[in-house]
Amino acid sequence: MDKTVLVIEDEPNIIEAISFILSRDGWRVATHSNGVDAVSAVGARKPDLVILDVMLPGRSGYDILRDLRAATETADLPVLMLTARGQTKDREMAESLGASRFMAKPFSNSEVLEAVRDLVRP
Amino acid sequence: MASLNLLVFVCLGYVAVLFLVAFGAERAAMRGQAAWLRSPMVYTLSLSIYCTAWTFYGAVGYAARSGMEYLTIYIGPSLMMIGWFWAVRKLVRIGRSQNITSIADLISSRYGKSTLLGVLVTGLAVVGTTPYIALQLQSVTLSVASFSVADATVRPLDDQNSTALWVAVGLAFFTVLFGTRNLDANERHHGVVMAIAVEAVVKLFALLAVGVFVVWGIGGGIGATMDRIDASSLGDWQVQPDRWMALSALSAAAFLCLPRMFQVLVVENEDERHLRTAAWAFPLYLLAMSLFVVPIAVVGLDLMPAGTNPDLFVLSVPLAEGRNGLALLSFLGGFSSATSMVIVASIALSTMVSNHIVMPIWLSRQQAGAMVSGDVRNIVILSRRFSIVGVLALGYLYYRISGGSTALAAIGLISFSGVAQFLPALIGGIFWRGANRVGALAGLVTGGLVWLWCLFLPSFGPDVVIPAGTMAEGPFGMGWLKPYALFGIPGLDPLVHGVFWSLSLNALVFVTASVFTFPTPLERLQGAQFVNVFDHTAPTRGWSGGMAQSEDLMIMAQRILGATEAQDLFRRAALDQGLEGYLPEPTPAFLLQLERELAGSVGAATAHAMIAQITGGANISVEDLLAVADETAQIMEHSSQLEAKSAELTRTARQLRTANEKLTALSVQKDAFLSQISHELRTPMTSIRAFSEILRDAEDLEGEAKAKYAGIIHGEAIRLTRLLDDLLDLSVLENGQVRMNIAPGRLSDFLDHAVAATGADRGKLRLHREGREDTVLVTDGDRLAQVFINLIANAQKYCDAPEPTLTIGARAVDGLLMIDFVDNGTGVAPDQQDMIFEKFARVGEQQAGGAGLGLAICREIMARLGGSITYLPGQQGAAFRVTLPLRDAMAAQ
Repeated sequence: MDKTVLVIEDEPNIIEAISFILSRDGWRVATHSNGVDAVSAVGARKPDLVILDVMLPGRSGYDILRDLRAATETADLPVLMLTARGQTKDREMAESLGASRFMAKPFSNSEVLEAVRDLVRP
Repeated sequence: MASLNLLVFVCLGYVAVLFLVAFGAERAAMRGQAAWLRSPMVYTLSLSIYCTAWTFYGAVGYAARSGMEYLTIYIGPSLMMIGWFWAVRKLVRIGRSQNITSIADLISSRYGKSTLLGVLVTGLAVVGTTPYIALQLQSVTLSVASFSVADATVRPLDDQNSTALWVAVGLAFFTVLFGTRNLDANERHHGVVMAIAVEAVVKLFALLAVGVFVVWGIGGGIGATMDRIDASSLGDWQVQPDRWMALSALSAAAFLCLPRMFQVLVVENEDERHLRTAAWAFPLYLLAMSLFVVPIAVVGLDLMPAGTNPDLFVLSVPLAEGRNGLALLSFLGGFSSATSMVIVASIALSTMVSNHIVMPIWLSRQQAGAMVSGDVRNIVILSRRFSIVGVLALGYLYYRISGGSTALAAIGLISFSGVAQFLPALIGGIFWRGANRVGALAGLVTGGLVWLWCLFLPSFGPDVVIPAGTMAEGPFGMGWLKPYALFGIPGLDPLVHGVFWSLSLNALVFVTASVFTFPTPLERLQGAQFVNVFDHTAPTRGWSGGMAQSEDLMIMAQRILGATEAQDLFRRAALDQGLEGYLPEPTPAFLLQLERELAGSVGAATAHAMIAQITGGANISVEDLLAVADETAQIMEHSSQLEAKSAELTRTARQLRTANEKLTALSVQKDAFLSQISHELRTPMTSIRAFSEILRDAEDLEGEAKAKYAGIIHGEAIRLTRLLDDLLDLSVLENGQVRMNIAPGRLSDFLDHAVAATGADRGKLRLHREGREDTVLVTDGDRLAQVFINLIANAQKYCDAPEPTLTIGARAVDGLLMIDFVDNGTGVAPDQQDMIFEKFARVGEQQAGGAGLGLAICREIMARLGGSITYLPGQQGAAFRVTLPLRDAMAAQ
């Protein structure tokens, strides 16, 4: 299927874990690890799905999401939000900003995989 | 022979001398050579206008009719000057500090610059004074007549009215000439005062001369005269205590309240210290005036044929004895008494009429305001001149209407009791803060009405104004309103009755109304200034300036004060404010000064209204009230209580706000902390969970990858453990539950330990150690080393220089040991320097494996050790300073 997932996450170990899980499932995985230029990274790589961490150095994941939703070409881009905070407040925030799916860390690998598959339906 | 022509000639000559005296005094005053004019003796002599022709002639007549009772007229003022000196002094101080122009002005000014009160007092004063002026005209006329009777060569003067008319016209001319030269009452009438001082000497000398002639020339010495007195009916005279007391009190009250007395006592007063002299000299003068009254009366009764008017004994006895020169002197004495009284009374009344009736009416007709209208100065002077003429015309008319009857003689006391109605408002006003306008108005109206009904109207005689039936039965058969027996209490002497009821009811109504009504702010202010005049002579009631245009004020002031005076006043005020030119800033202080100056010309109420027209600030603001707060004990007390309450409220509010802020901050902190902990725990957990699932599920993993993933899991587990350790450590430190193992130790040992623990002695980071590392500290060495480890580790992690170097320097300053850790990296950005010691605060993008608790723990540790850790800005790299108190260390050495 050859679809691209862009993982925007700053924790190296988590990047490695997600990359491993998704590439084994046949996804092409790109990574980006800071918030400042995350939006332009999305524009450059044109992924089919973005996995977006909330706590990023330089810029909050929420701000990035808001920008993505505001731009026409990324308005409908599936975005899976990951957060290590996992409080209700964070979930509501993510949903109100238009996140396609919200997932609290620590996640189970199969859940992530399932969500990604679910969000990128051919 | 004293022909009538001679009399006229002497009179004109005397008046000419008076003119010269007045003119000379004016000139001297203008040239500033008026030191001798301002002597306390002149002041005392000017007070003698209390002794009018009524006293000059009338006292003898009074003694001939009523014995020693005439003394009450002298006792009252003497008691006032001696016993009530402090009250008189207060009155003078108030008059001077407030630029009071008349008694109407004083009362109006005290009660909130009330125009209505000014009008009322003026009206009552005019009504009370007019008969008195008529009395003076009558006395002059009678004395002239007695000459013509004695002079057989001249046809009897059949037209006494023309004498009275000419006297009135002459007096009006003199008064207008010298009484309205200066507009500002504050500048005082030097000429007039000097003239009346001279007249005071003339009348005293005349009376003494007649007295000496009677005792030694006729009576045959003191002993013989005393025998005559014993033999006469005067010796049988019985004291009537009620009349005696009422008359003494009445004359004392009149001494303060008579417009002419107020004029010389307060308005013309040059120097408050003159009162001290007057306090003994004036009673002495009165004593001298009364010394020969009884002998003259007794000898007159003996010598003169029955039916001779005893009021003219002073004149008729010398005439009968053929002493024409003495008679002439005596005539001049009486003439002096009459003229001086009329002059001063008409000046005082004209000031009142002009300031309280004419000016307010004129001002209210000037819609455009005082500034743009014509020359106020001319209008004021004109209105005063007309007032003088009007007052004298009234006096003359009264004289004509009353027909020069003997009833006039009694009118003196009735006049006294009329003006005595001012007393409650006057005394209350200067001694009682609670006195207010409503009370003063109500008291004056009540007292005035009772006086009119019981004393003034009946004085015209039965059936003239009040029908005899009403006198006997009361109006409409209401017996309790009988003019001589109010409330059905008969048997009192009519005068005592009238004085008693009018003054009692006046005072009662005044006090009651004052107690039950509230004064306006302006009244409060004025009340405080009047009552506490000795405490604070400096005025404080302020105009809120700013809106006022100095130029408009200048235009107005020029019209009232005169161009030169106004310009001088403005220039001085500008100079005081440090300004060049003629236009000072309209500060409240300046407006107040200006108002006072204007008040001297047109009265307080009018001046206030004029300034209000220009400044627009007719009302006193709360700010003004507060400005006076420190002036008035009562307001001060009240205000300080309010202030205390207000301060307390403010303090409480501040505390509440602080507490609230603290709680809110705590709540936010708690949320942030929980959120942070959640993040810090979940992040390693995520890696651990993800990789353990991978290891579990992915069977085709190579050994290398397996080892790598297991390594990650291990590393993250360690990170988690460390985080938990740190959290626990921090929590223990923050709660103060930690035990410190205090022991002496060398700083270098702790540093060595930290360097070894971080491996900094082997790594990339180069260390420079300098300063007093041999210092012995008494502290918890392990904890201190923990701080050092943190700082060295931070330098290892964050120092981004190509050749990272950390310099550790220790030095002792002022009993403090300071250990600085300075590296050569980029340091911490200024906006982050405050927050690096907060929990979970991490600088930069790299995840260096820490939880962001290190510096927070360091701060807690240093606080426990009695020291501190701070970031040192401006060191070209990250720089931390650890400070420890050295005193303990020294003591331990």
